[in-house]
Amino acid sequence: MDYKTVLTTCTYCGCGCNFYLEVLDGRVIGTIPCKTSPTNEGKLCIKGWNVHEFIQSPSRLTTPLIRKDGRLEEASWDEALEYTATRLKEIAAESGGESLGFLASAKVTNEENYLFQKFARAGAGSNNVDHCARL
Amino acid sequence: MVKPIEPAMIDTVKAKVKELLDSGTIEGFLGLKEKNGHIAPHLFRSVQELESMSLGDREVAGDARYPLNKMLISLACAYPEATFGVLVRGCDERGLKTLYTWNQLHRDKVVPVGITCPQDLADRCECSQPYPDEPVAGEKAEQRGFDSVDKVEELETPNRFAYWMDEFEKCIKCYGCRDVCPMCFCKECSLETDELVRSGTIPPENPIFHLTRAVHMAGRCIDCGLCEEACPADIPLRTLYKKVFEIVDEEFNYRTGYTTDKKSPLNIID
Repeated sequence: MDYKTVLTTCTYCGCGCNFYLEVLDGRVIGTIPCKTSPTNEGKLCIKGWNVHEFIQSPSRLTTPLIRKDGRLEEASWDEALEYTATRLKEIAAESGGESLGFLASAKVTNEENYLFQKFARAGAGSNNVDHCARL
Repeated sequence: MVKPIEPAMIDTVKAKVKELLDSGTIEGFLGLKEKNGHIAPHLFRSVQELESMSLGDREVAGDARYPLNKMLISLACAYPEATFGVLVRGCDERGLKTLYTWNQLHRDKVVPVGITCPQDLADRCECSQPYPDEPVAGEKAEQRGFDSVDKVEELETPNRFAYWMDEFEKCIKCYGCRDVCPMCFCKECSLETDELVRSGTIPPENPIFHLTRAVHMAGRCIDCGLCEEACPADIPLRTLYKKVFEIVDEEFNYRTGYTTDKKSPLNIID
C-alpha cells in the first residue's frame, strides 16, 4: 500500500495553479487543488481538475515524431534535435530567418520563454514569435 | 507560519493516532501533514511521520480542509480488507455516517479521530454541529443556524429567482463543486448526461446545471462547504445546499448526516 499526495504545478496554462496529484500504488488516481497555494487558493478550472486523466493516457506522445515519407515516425531526442537544427539552418540559409516561425509555450517558465525568443531573434534572425495559446 | 489553534489539541490527536498505529488497529491514518510549506492530505503509515501532522489550520481555523472521506473511499476500494483511521470534524463525521448508509464505506473498517471546530469557524460555516459525537480533542463550540438561507429567503420570489440566476450565471462549468465533493461518488454523473447538461458548451445552461446538482445533494450534502471553497466564481453553493438540507428535513423528517439507522428518502441503494 503506497498512497501519496504529490504537490505540483498545472501544465495547462501560464497561471501556474498548484494541486496535489493523488498517487496510489504508482498510479495517479486524482487531482485536488492546493488550498494554501497563493495562486489558486484551492480552486481549479475544468482542465486542471482532470490532469490525472491525461497523464496516463495511452494517446500521449512519449517520443518525438519526425515525418518521413509523409508519415510520422518515432525518433530519439538526439535524432529529432539534430534534424530540427539542420533544417532550421538550411531554411534560414535558403530563404532568410524571417521565413521561420517560433511557437513558444504558456506552460514553461518566463526564463525559458525569454531564452526561446532570444534564440528566435538573435539566433535565427526571426521576429515571428508567438505562443501556443493562439494555435 | 502554521499556527495551530490549540497546540494541545494536536498533541492529543497525535497520541491517539500513535496508539491506533502501534496497536495495529489501523493500517494507516488519513489526515493532514505539513509538506513543502503547505498543508497536504497524507496517509500516515508510521508513528515517525506524526511529527509534522497538521489539523488543517494555517492562517485561520480550517482554511486547509480537504475531502479526506473522498480519498478514504479510493483507499477502501483498493484495500477493502484494511481498516483506516481518518481525521474528522463535525461535518466529516456527518459525511461518514451518510456514506455508510449509501454503502460507500464500511463502518467497521473506519476509525474516525474527531476534532472540534473553534467558534469562529463554526460561525463562518453556520455549522449545525461543529463537532463530532465523541471528539478526541477540543472544546465543543456552539451550534449555528442557517442565517444565509434566511437572508436569501427574505427576498421576494422574483428577486430571489433573479438572485440565484445571477449567481449561477457566473458558473464556468469547471465541475469543481462535484469533483471536490466527498458525497459525490456516482460512477455515472447526471451532470455529464446530455439530456440534462449538454456536453461541449460553456457556460452551462442556467439554471439546469445547478438545480440538477442541488437535487442530487438532497439526502447527501452534509454541509462541509468544500464546494463553495472550490468555486472559482464564488457562487454561494453552500447556501443553496443548506436550503436543500432544510427541505429534506422538513418534508421527510430526515436530517442528513445525523443518523446511520435510517437511510435518506432518496437512497434506493440496498
